[in-house]
Amino acid sequence: MTQTIPPTPDAPFAVEMRGIVKRFPGVLANDHVDFELRAGEIHALLGENGAGKSTLMNVLAGLYRQEAGIIKVKGKPVEFHSPRDAIKSGIGMIHQHFMLVPSQTVTENVLLGLDDPRFFMRLPEYDAKVAAVGERFGLKVDPRAKIWQLSVGEQQRVELLKMLYRGANVLIMDEPTAVLAPTEIEGLFDILRSMVAQGKSVIFISHKLQEVTAIADRVSVLRRGVATATSVPSRGATRQELARLMVGRDVVFALEKKPGNPGKIVLEVKDIHADNDKGLPALRGFSLNVRAGEIVGVAGVAGNGQSELSQVIASMRKCKQGQVILNSESLTNHNTLFGIQHGMAYVPEDRNHVGSAPNLSVTDNVIMKKYRQPPISHAGMLDMSAAEKLARELKQAYDIIVPNVSTPVRLLSGGNLQRVILAREISGLPNFMVAVQPTRGLDVGAIEGVHRLLMAQRESGAGVLLISEELEELLSLSDRVYVIYEGKSMGEVKVGGVEPDESLIETIGLMMTGTPLDQIQKEGVGANG
Amino acid sequence: MAESTSLQKKRSGYKIRVEPRLDVPPAWYPLLVSLGAIVFALFLGGILISFAGGDPIRSYQHIAKASFGDIGVLSDTIVKATPILLVALACSVAFRMKLWNIGAEGQFIMGAFGASAIVLAPVLSEETPRWLYLTVMALAGMGMGAIWGFIPGYLKAKLNVNEIISTLMLNYIAVAWVNFWIFGVWSEGGFQMSPKFPNVAWLPRLAEYAKEIPIFRGLTTHAGLLIGIVAAIILWLIVYRSRWGYEIRLIGDNAQAAKYAGINITSNIIYVMMLSGALAGLGGMSEVSGVVHRLQTAPIAAGYGFTGIIVAWLAKLNPLVIVVVSVLFGALILAGREIQPSGVPKMIQGIILVSLIASDFLLRYRVRIVRADAEE
Repeated sequence: MTQTIPPTPDAPFAVEMRGIVKRFPGVLANDHVDFELRAGEIHALLGENGAGKSTLMNVLAGLYRQEAGIIKVKGKPVEFHSPRDAIKSGIGMIHQHFMLVPSQTVTENVLLGLDDPRFFMRLPEYDAKVAAVGERFGLKVDPRAKIWQLSVGEQQRVELLKMLYRGANVLIMDEPTAVLAPTEIEGLFDILRSMVAQGKSVIFISHKLQEVTAIADRVSVLRRGVATATSVPSRGATRQELARLMVGRDVVFALEKKPGNPGKIVLEVKDIHADNDKGLPALRGFSLNVRAGEIVGVAGVAGNGQSELSQVIASMRKCKQGQVILNSESLTNHNTLFGIQHGMAYVPEDRNHVGSAPNLSVTDNVIMKKYRQPPISHAGMLDMSAAEKLARELKQAYDIIVPNVSTPVRLLSGGNLQRVILAREISGLPNFMVAVQPTRGLDVGAIEGVHRLLMAQRESGAGVLLISEELEELLSLSDRVYVIYEGKSMGEVKVGGVEPDESLIETIGLMMTGTPLDQIQKEGVGANG
Repeated sequence: MAESTSLQKKRSGYKIRVEPRLDVPPAWYPLLVSLGAIVFALFLGGILISFAGGDPIRSYQHIAKASFGDIGVLSDTIVKATPILLVALACSVAFRMKLWNIGAEGQFIMGAFGASAIVLAPVLSEETPRWLYLTVMALAGMGMGAIWGFIPGYLKAKLNVNEIISTLMLNYIAVAWVNFWIFGVWSEGGFQMSPKFPNVAWLPRLAEYAKEIPIFRGLTTHAGLLIGIVAAIILWLIVYRSRWGYEIRLIGDNAQAAKYAGINITSNIIYVMMLSGALAGLGGMSEVSGVVHRLQTAPIAAGYGFTGIIVAWLAKLNPLVIVVVSVLFGALILAGREIQPSGVPKMIQGIILVSLIASDFLLRYRVRIVRADAEE
């Protein structure tokens, strides 16, 4: 891919953001972030999930108010109280989830919320206007088509059209390629190039290095709410450099890790293919294995097929091809119960909506996988006193802080709820466990507790598959780490000691952004810099 | 000193703050709130009555007397409550799983049809022992109701057909179906009703035992009450103390979690809809066999299926509470007619309903009155 438009280092600033601070309960999402966008450039904003990219751009688009810092548009300070103010200053954001009315036509969607036309729709007249805007920027969409008839790529063009029709000069695109097929991505890039050629500026939020180096003129990188690079020309930047800026290298805590003693293979995943909820391929031939007595990590940026992988292993999602084998027995496309009965524990990603029943009591939640057998049930009837006894024992053993076991779990804090789930899963004495994002949203103390429980599983001889977006967590707990990218394995790396070296992190960072391990080794990357 | 602080309080004023409850309120609290809501509703109803030119106190006294005043009216109240009880139980088990079965009316009618068919076809001779005859009628009623629940259940489970629409439509089909039989095949001399059932097909009434116990003279309370109470106890055991009930509660609270626990949701949808239909069908049997004694559309399709929905909600889907709420609703229906055939009593019913449902807010939120200057 060649850049048709030369970078414009001296063009005036279209947008300047200085010292932006935005706090959410318990999180500093943006910590004095500076950001600048020049007229006529494509500027990539790079960072991991939760790095604060979307927050920063939501501030610029008027959805959030910053707590400190100033925004200037074309050199003039502005204050946005709503997205309407932002669009008046020519700033429009296209979100990952489209805001379109499926039963209405393209033109109707474009006109939605505008004062013109005032009363009568006079659609044919406006169809022509919308088509003219589309033509100017190379956005081919039929104005009379209904949204539900359009592909995802076409719907994205309608979103762009909406913003261009409103006169936006700065277009913020939040991970626009995440929903697109590879051929559609090329089309989107062509559109973006033709827009900047006509003087518009584009902010392109992404975590995919290939795309960033292909389309962007300059790059800014965020990590944990802090800008680690501002306006680096993407031509001069190496991928390794960007990967390091994005992923970072500070391991905050180290857990005591006894030398592993891996036994026989407990779980084997062979060449699985599966679709996501939208029916797009999420896993494309992924394979891994987990041995008894080891923790195997799966690293990757969110949305690369991790959730689908865990769901296929737990039989909560059908796979189209490939095999899942637990203790040399095939689980492939069985029901969930089969896995439970064969000693699989599953700590799901979403503890509120999958892992627990919020309005049921702690007791009801801990018997979820045990209610079928004695001592909890006999001849179809539940023994509530046995169930409560179990719940009280687990409350004690796992330090679940709750007044009594008949409390509904919706009243529990995230850390306590996670302990309820782990208590349930571990007390089933599993020989294999999948844990997905087990520490997301927990405070430091709770995270440590969860880590200790996972380590204890490893020491007791169970195999653990840990799927996480926290690289530090993966590196401090795992014996081996697979890296997943767009549903494919980028390779497997051994994690030796407690203190992982820099080149390992850099390698994983590159793999997470789409470079296979064998290619990295061939190119001889891995030394510092 | 004390004076000055109180002065300051006055000056700064008070603020009402509403915050979500983060703890479980004590067991007596929901009861107190419900009672409070009813008192509040009766107060509003009293205002309504006095606007209509009546004396609220005397009207309420009259209502109480006309529904619980003596054993005779109490018996009538219970007769009214019996079909509501069974239908509300039917609704409660479906609602527990978030299956919005509003077809209890149709399942009730089909239950009445099934039970009547035993008499009218006739399936059994009149010489059959009464207990056997009635048992077969009850089973036929439950069977027909279960079929009427199976249809929307199957459609929902296999084809994801919206059960609200399908159960609603099946109500109309049930009425038309019964009409077909009583207008034609089983019509008594061209009237739109079947012939009267023989005595063997009647559920025993208290009045039958008046010889032994004189106080039962003239009381129409029938064995349907007993059936209803036993059904409530069994249903309570199923929901709160059985493996199946645990699955129902888990699916109802979070279907994703149920799937995660390895529960088959599809088959449970069908089973629960069939149980719900069977309970409503049993209600239909109890009504034809205990009260109407013939198959006739008007007294059967009297809207019990819809009252049952409300009763189930007010009882928070708890089978044992449904028993109590059904009796209260029986009383309201009966005594309401004493004041005015429709109109004011129906309005008071409505006010009670809205107050009770609104009072739920107090269970989920805490209302605190704080000093304005205490604001952080």
